[in-house]
Amino acid sequence: MKDVKVLGPGCKRCDTAVQMVKDAAAAAGVEISVSKVTDYAEIARFGIASTPAIVVDGQVVHAGGLPKAEDLARWIAA
Amino acid sequence: MKGVVAVQREPSALPWIGGMAAAVVVWVLLYSQLIPFSEWLVSLLPVERHSHLGESIAFFFYDVPKVLLLLTLVVFAMGVVRSYFSPERTRALLAGRRVGVGNAMAASLGIVTPFCSCSAVPLFIGFVSAGVPLGVTFSFLIAAPMVNEVALGLLFALLGWKVALTYLGFGLAIAIVAGWVIGRLKLEGWLEPWVLKIHAGAADLPDTTTSWPDRVRAGLEAVREIVGRVWYWIIAGIAAGALIHGYAPEELLASIMGKDAWWSVPAAVVIGIPMYSNAAGIIPVVEALLGKGAALGTVLAFMMSVIALSLPEMIILRKVLSVKLIAVFVAVVGSGILAVGFLFNLLFA
Repeated sequence: MKDVKVLGPGCKRCDTAVQMVKDAAAAAGVEISVSKVTDYAEIARFGIASTPAIVVDGQVVHAGGLPKAEDLARWIAA
Repeated sequence: MKGVVAVQREPSALPWIGGMAAAVVVWVLLYSQLIPFSEWLVSLLPVERHSHLGESIAFFFYDVPKVLLLLTLVVFAMGVVRSYFSPERTRALLAGRRVGVGNAMAASLGIVTPFCSCSAVPLFIGFVSAGVPLGVTFSFLIAAPMVNEVALGLLFALLGWKVALTYLGFGLAIAIVAGWVIGRLKLEGWLEPWVLKIHAGAADLPDTTTSWPDRVRAGLEAVREIVGRVWYWIIAGIAAGALIHGYAPEELLASIMGKDAWWSVPAAVVIGIPMYSNAAGIIPVVEALLGKGAALGTVLAFMMSVIALSLPEMIILRKVLSVKLIAVFVAVVGSGILAVGFLFNLLFA
């Protein structure tokens, strides 16, 4: 099971990003566990500078704005 | 680097080029019909064209479509430009820069780097913990909200390119000088203690390819999001402006906000700092005030302090900055705006 984290202080875009991740996993038939990271200190540890950011199995794959759906499908399937 | 290989895809550019050309033609046609359109609308209404009400209505129906058209164009162009930048790339460019050059680069990058106010704190920590000097980070954080596409697009639409460019120049100057001053004061110790403990460095992001259709899409997305968010502010602002245009007595405004009233610049800054609005609501009002004899420097100082400094922003930044540091930040930026207000009044007398 893949572990996906969505980093962001909790703005609307972060929620949209979480939904996109869930949709992409459902579409690909991949089992994942999604968690939101909203604590600033926690977010800062990942070394990004913009949110929402997406971390798949500990690897930062995306930072800033919403990801492209096709990229997301790729990260989840990889 | 554990990069993920981008999927190769070669979308045909032809439909995009055709679509863009068609959009430009429609845009130019609409823009050329603005005055006939507003005159025609007013002629349909049972009001005297040259009455106060007639003047206000004609002003409203001319300004709303004009501003929305120009804003759409500017926001689209900026959306395309921004697809070349990201906060992470900007950070890499700024890390370890010397004060001075670094401040100038940070302020300029602040204009073109996509930045949403809800990620101000992650951005601040991300910059500082990856080795961007504090003063350079501040230059970025001051320029990013102040010199934005909505402010520039509206100033260009309503007051002309000279004012828009002067605003751009002074906005950059404030961001550079204020960041430099904060850097020289060496206030790193005034950050919240937990911020200093983070030494995350910079994450390695996988490379992604961005094609031309992607960039056009980014521009369209920016229009949908930004124009979609601010259009009602613009209509409200222009309605307020139209009332001022039709009804406000000239002598009154000239005496309160005219350039002879030197105290009006500091008063405008002090009133503007705690206020929070976006450029969209305030610039149409600014235009109408100017038409009634208010001095350009005074209204621009008011506008800058409303946009660049606001209470909600300070509350967000309080998570990473001590109250002392926020006070220094407000004082330095506020003095810069004050100076610009006086300078503008001198230059555009």
